[in-house]
This record gives sequence, structure tokens and C-alpha cells, in this order.
Amino acid sequence: MSQVDEMIAKDGVEEETVEAVKSLAGAYKYGWNTDIEMEYAPKGLSTDIVRLISSKNDEPEWMLEWRLAAYERWLKLTEPDWAMVDYPEIDFQDQYYYARPKSMEVKPKSLDEVDPKLLETYKKLGIPLKEQALLAGVEAPEEERKVAVDAVFDSVSVGTTFKDELAKAGVIFCSISEAIKEHPELVRKYLGTVVPVSDNYYATLNSAVFSDGSFVYVPPGVRCPMELSTYFRINAENTGQFERTLIICDKEAYVSYLEGCTAPQRDIAQLHAAVVEIVIMEDAEVKYSTVQNWYPGDEDGKGGIYNFVTKRADCRGDRAKVMWTQVETGSAVTWKYPSCILRGDDSQGEFYSIAIANNMQQADTGTKMVHLGKNTKSRIVSKGISAGKAQNTYRGLVSMHPKAKNSRNYTQCDSLLIGDKCGAHTVPYIEVRNNSSRVEHEATTSKVDDDQLFYCRQRGMGEEEAVALVVNGFCKDVLQALPMEFAMEAQALVAISLEGSVG
Amino acid sequence: MPATALTELDREITLPAAGVWGTKSRKDALARLTAMGLPNHRDEYWKYTRPETLTSATPTPAAIFDGNDEAPMFDAIDCLQITFIDGVFDADASDDLEMAGVSIERLATAMENDIHWAKDLYGTLETNGQNPVQRPLAALNSATATDGVVIHATGQAAKPVLIRYLHQNETSDAVLHHVIKLDDGAALTVLETGPAAARLNKVMEVDQGNEARFNHVCTQGRDHARRAVTHIFARLATESRFKSFTLTANGVLTRNECIIEITGDDAFAHVAGAALGDGDFHHDDTVFITHDAVNCESRQVFKKVLRNGATGVFQGKILVQPDAQKTDGYQISQALLLDDDSQFLAKPELEIYADDVACSHGSTTGAIDETALFYLRSRGVEKDEAQDLLVLSFLAEAIGEIEDEVLADEIQSRLESWLKRHSS
Repeated sequence: MSQVDEMIAKDGVEEETVEAVKSLAGAYKYGWNTDIEMEYAPKGLSTDIVRLISSKNDEPEWMLEWRLAAYERWLKLTEPDWAMVDYPEIDFQDQYYYARPKSMEVKPKSLDEVDPKLLETYKKLGIPLKEQALLAGVEAPEEERKVAVDAVFDSVSVGTTFKDELAKAGVIFCSISEAIKEHPELVRKYLGTVVPVSDNYYATLNSAVFSDGSFVYVPPGVRCPMELSTYFRINAENTGQFERTLIICDKEAYVSYLEGCTAPQRDIAQLHAAVVEIVIMEDAEVKYSTVQNWYPGDEDGKGGIYNFVTKRADCRGDRAKVMWTQVETGSAVTWKYPSCILRGDDSQGEFYSIAIANNMQQADTGTKMVHLGKNTKSRIVSKGISAGKAQNTYRGLVSMHPKAKNSRNYTQCDSLLIGDKCGAHTVPYIEVRNNSSRVEHEATTSKVDDDQLFYCRQRGMGEEEAVALVVNGFCKDVLQALPMEFAMEAQALVAISLEGSVG
Repeated sequence: MPATALTELDREITLPAAGVWGTKSRKDALARLTAMGLPNHRDEYWKYTRPETLTSATPTPAAIFDGNDEAPMFDAIDCLQITFIDGVFDADASDDLEMAGVSIERLATAMENDIHWAKDLYGTLETNGQNPVQRPLAALNSATATDGVVIHATGQAAKPVLIRYLHQNETSDAVLHHVIKLDDGAALTVLETGPAAARLNKVMEVDQGNEARFNHVCTQGRDHARRAVTHIFARLATESRFKSFTLTANGVLTRNECIIEITGDDAFAHVAGAALGDGDFHHDDTVFITHDAVNCESRQVFKKVLRNGATGVFQGKILVQPDAQKTDGYQISQALLLDDDSQFLAKPELEIYADDVACSHGSTTGAIDETALFYLRSRGVEKDEAQDLLVLSFLAEAIGEIEDEVLADEIQSRLESWLKRHSS
């Protein structure tokens, strides 16, 4: 197809495109908010707020001290500016750090006591808080699959399902606020050992003000009988969500963990700064999958979530395995680098990522693979898609320490550009300090293949549908790594996120 | 990222005397330097290479290397020779600066002429190259360069220009600045060789007109103790071609930066390098290619062979500006680590703002292929020789970037002889 023909073809769809762009506001399915009576901590950040959050959660003294130390530290840090993202300066005093539905003042003993409005919210989001077997929208497979859910609404955990059944297997799955009270020995032993309090600006902030999150402990030799998941919902206005997740997978144990998140559509950007810590012992394995679908802001870049997240897994034991899979479609700004510390010999880390940025979205995401143990292996597959006026950056580190003999890394990061106003960037750091390891890095950047589009169009597909199909093909490697529940959602999300990007 | 303010440095910078425009250019460069400060190891761009010995007031003394056991580099090639001894032009050791197709002058002579073509170029490409990443040592060079040549190619140069840098004083500190302008359709080959000084700071600015062809081959010799920071700033107009290749063997510290701005359509830029590092060796290739025109091609091919604790660094970037459609960008950086003490640190970057492009980069690091070694050994090849063969085959892609066969052969045979010395 010649350049001229292509131009005409593009002119031909312009009407539709305009329509599609107009309807894009409706494309974010989760933009509604729940009208519910909320209780807020006063606006702003101070030691008093830190104390207040701690007291709201009825925390022991050591936890408060930990938070206060983090806050002191945070005051001395400066916001990092090395990421390729650009956003107005955040006024940390102009937001709420704690918001909970009034009905949660007295913690419900069971899900039956939870405010129906809240339950309705999760139902609408397709998240089952009844102990039903499946996430909505997924066709029932032959074998019934169960998913336990911890639902976090603004600053509090609303409830956790299947707790009893999990407890029978010895698995502890509850909100972190509960864990601090009921399993302090575990929390104290592991909290902050993977992501230290002073790790980075946002992690330090989180350490001071995190309000809730999930806690998982899988005892030695236990294969968690069902998938665990946390669903994060930001509902309140001007409120930052700071959740903290701690997963401990003991020797020879296994757990698969899913994380989802959405937020209402608002004109003012909101902050989300989470920390996820995973500890993996000998022969244990953790799969952590995320579908991040925070409100991305409108097509002019108004509103949306600033997503500054620190996620790290520490493979402490030999032969420990971790697999991060992420589909990043939401957020106005994403700053997120799920990492693997491969400390144990023969440990393995994998990172599969699809990052889609459309309209004015900016994503700076990637991973760190720190090889410390012998014979450690890591694999990185990153697919970045930019459309509209979005900027998408892969930033990653592969580090082979002198003692990480016979280690192996393979990195593949591909970028796809849809339209000529967007950007795709790759910033890998590769540090090899021994010669028995092999490190390979490949990256490509290209546009959507005209031939493939033409093929689809010729067979009667609409242009956007064709782009979505080609993009899904481009993301295949990552989509296949997702658990079934997420794969369906992710494929649909790829199509939704790109709506209005063609033309 | 602001570097250390210049005032914090215990060194005073004196500008060498120059004519009217030279003085102005130097003052402007000093202002640029003062604004950005000298680099320090906290700067992201100096993450893997410590700049302290390059910025200190006086250089660390470097023992003179005796390279008399081999013929001078490019000796067999018919060239116009220019010689600098410890960073000072030596007329006796140089040919007459007369050649068809080009005019050559010393920098100082050019600066004395109030009207000179070099006036609009000196420090200009360096200034352009300060954005988006600051290169304070290049500004330091423009401010304080004591010598250099300005070359104006108006047509096809009759023969290559060979610049030889001799090192005779253990504490010499050379600051050299060359300005090269190629008119539309002009063609020039510049060869460079030698250690130059205990410490060398060299800038070469190359401005290419439409369809101009510039070919550059540089060797940084076997001497162990020298330090060097070099910058090439090139600007490429429509259908111009730029090719540069650097061979480095040893040197305590080398930072070679190449900054290319492609401003005309259908142009191409190829930058390549091969480095052999043994022992106390730190070699850094930093390349930044900006595509700001349609249908251009760029290639970066860098190979390093490291042993006995040598360190190799590669920082490469392809920046494709909006509307630089049909860009073909390629970048490969590879290191062969011959033992466990050596290391390779790489940051191969892409920054792309145009959609109809094909850009790729690759980076690999690993040891010598044991199967290949076994294959050669089983056919009766001695271990050292087998290793040399595999090293040469590893470096072949970079050497293959040299277009001129005579020059490529010269580099290849020199490399072979160096490898033999190392093995014995």
C-alpha cells in the first residue's frame, strides 16, 4: 500500500475515529463511584496523621515506632526525577491519607455484616465477595476453580473470603492490619526486609502511612489450595491509597496471587503508592499477577491515578522461584519495577509485562534482576505499546554479581507504536561481573505491521478490531503467562485501552 | 542533574590566548562549563566510569610506552602526516599542510584570522551536543584547547590525513580540538593514532554538507598508563555519510564519546569500536545518535574482549525525534569475558518519538564458547592460538565496519600481532 493510499484509508475512518475518541470516556468501565458515607483523617501529612492511622488500625507500639521512623526518614528524601514521566508537582499536604467507609468503623465479623453498598460495589466490578467459585465473566471450566479475595476499599480491607478453608490448609490470608495484630511474630520478622524502610521515596512514604493491604503466609510444603487475590478500589476523592502486601512462601510451598485495581473517573489526579514484599524460601514458588487498571485520566490527560509502586521478591532459599506477570493498562503515570533478588543458588526469576499507554498516559516500568546466587536464571519479556500521545518506557536492570557463577539472563523487550505522536523508550542497565554467566538483551521498536492490518481489514474487520488483534498477537508471550482468570480480562483490556487510538 | 559547581573545584581555569573570535568562543565555553560544573561519579552519565582523574587539576603521570618493536601504525599507507608531541603540533615531524581538495591549518592560526570559516563551527557542534545530556569535559576542552587542526575539505581529498599523537613527557596534559568541515560532495578520510599524552582531552567537530563523505579510523595504542577522554561531534546533512571506527588496546582509562546529529534526509552514520583490555583497564564507549530527518540509517557496533580484571562500558543511545520517519537504527554491544575478574557494564538505550521506524538493539555478555574452543583444540590448534582465533572472530563484525579494505587489513594484522604478544 502506498503512502498516499494509506492516507486516504486513514481519512476514510476519521469519522469513526472521532466517534471512538468521544466514546473513550465511556471506555473506562470502572469510572463510576460508590456513594457511601466516608470517614476521613484530616488532610495532610504529619506525625499526628501517622499516629492516627496506626491507632485506627489498633496497632501495637512497635508498629507505630516503625511508621514514625519511616516518616522521619521520608522527610529527608527527595522525590526521584530520573523516570521519563512528567507530572505536576504533588502537594503531599493536599490529600487525605486515610479514608474508610463509615460502616467499617466496627470491623464486620463476617462478610454477611458488610455494608450491602460495598458488596454491591465489588459485585459491579465483577469481584465475588460471596464465597462463590469464580470471578464473574469467566466461563466455568470443567474443574471448579476457587479464588479467595481480599477486598481493599480506599484505606481499609472490607473482607477476605475463604479464610476458613485456607486455614485448614494452614495458609494465612488476611488483611495486613489483621496480621499485625494476630501474627505479629511473622509480620515483625519479615516486614521491611525485602523493601527496606528507606528503599526509595515512595516506599518510605508507604512505610509511614500504609493503611491496609494483604498478608499471606504459606507454611512449608503446602500448595495453596486456591488462587489468592486482592482487589484494590480507590473510591474517595483526594485520597491517596497506600497499601502494603506481604507474602511469605515457606519451604517447598506454592502460591499464585492475583491483584486487580480500579478507581473512579475524576478530574483531579490521585496518588497510589503501594509496596509489595515477597519472601520465598527453599524450593518454594510464587506467581504474582497484576492487572493494573486504575483510571488513566481523560484524553487530555486530566485526572487519573499516579501509580508509584515498589514490588520486590526475595528468593532467599535455594531453588526458589518467582514469576511476575503484569498487564499495565491504567494510571495516568506509572512508575513501577517489580524486581527479583535471586539470592538462593539455582533460584529463578521471571518477569512478563504488557504496558499499554494511550492518550496522555505515561508509563515508566520494567524490572530488576539481581543475581547473587550461583546458577540463577532470569527471563524478562516486556511488551510496550504506545498510542495517542502517550510515552512508554521500559527501564530495567540485570546485574550479575561476581559470585553468581553460571547464571543466565535473557531479556526481550519490544515496543509497538500506534500513531506518530507517541513515544517508546528502552533504558536497560546490564552489569556483568563474572564470565561464567551469559546475558542476552534484545529490543526492537516498530509500528503495527501494515500487512497484518491489511490482511485483517480485507477479511472484514474494523480497523480498531484489527489493531486489537495484531496487538494481542504482539502480547501473546505475556498473555500466556497469566493465570486463566486474568488472561481473559487482559485480552479484553488490550482492546479497550487502545480504543480511539487508530487514525 | 547538576554536577559539582565549578567553584568547589580546586582548579582555576585559564583560557589560552586566541584572536577575537577564539577568545569569545573560549569564554562562551567556559560559561557553559561553569553552568554545568565538572562531572563526578554521582552523575548518571558517569555511573560506570569515574571521571575524577580526568577532571583533576593535574594529570596522573604516565610512563612512556616503548612501541618501537613494531612499525608505526598506518606506516604503509600514503597519507598527509600531522604530528603532535604531547599535545603540541610539531612542524618538523609533520608534512607540509598542502593537499588538493583540502585546506589545513593549525587551530591557533585559524583563530588569529578575524574572518574564518571555523569561527561558526568551533564549539558550536559541541554546544548542540550538550543537550539533552551534558558533556562538561567537552566544554572544558573548547574553553582550554591549546592546539589542534582545522580542516576544510572542498572536494575529494587527494589522500588521507593521518594525525599521529606522540607521548614523550610523563606528565603531559594535552587538550586538543579539531574542527573539520566538509563542503557538499566533499570526501575526506582522517586517521588518528597514538597515546598523545599522560592525559588527553580531545574534541573533534565534524560538519558534513550534502552528500559529503567522512571516514574516520582511530587507534589508541598499547601503552598502559595513559588516560583519555575524547568526543566526536558530527552533524550530517542530506545524503551525507559518516563512518568511524576506533581500536583500543589498553590504557588505564578511556572514555570515547561520539555524538551524532542527523539533520538531513537519507544520511547514514556508522560508529564502531573494538577494544582489547588486559588488567588495569577501563574502557567506556558512549554514543548518542539523534535522528532528526527522514529515511536515515545509523549503526553502532561495539565489541570488547576483557581479561585480568579489565572493565568495559557501553552507553549507547538512539534518539528518534518526531517526524524522523523511516529511520533504521541498529545497535549492538557485546563483551567477551576471558576470565572471572573482568566485567562489562552496558546501558543500551532507545528513545523513539516516530512510529514508522525499525530500531533494535542487542547486548550480550559471556565467556568464550567452550565447544568452539574444543573444536579447534581437537584439530591440533594450540590453546592460546585457538583462543586468539575465537577472539578475532568475535571482533570481526566490528572490524567489518571499516569500508576501506587496506585500512581494515591494517587494523586486522595489528590486532593479530597484539594478540600474539598478549599470549606469549
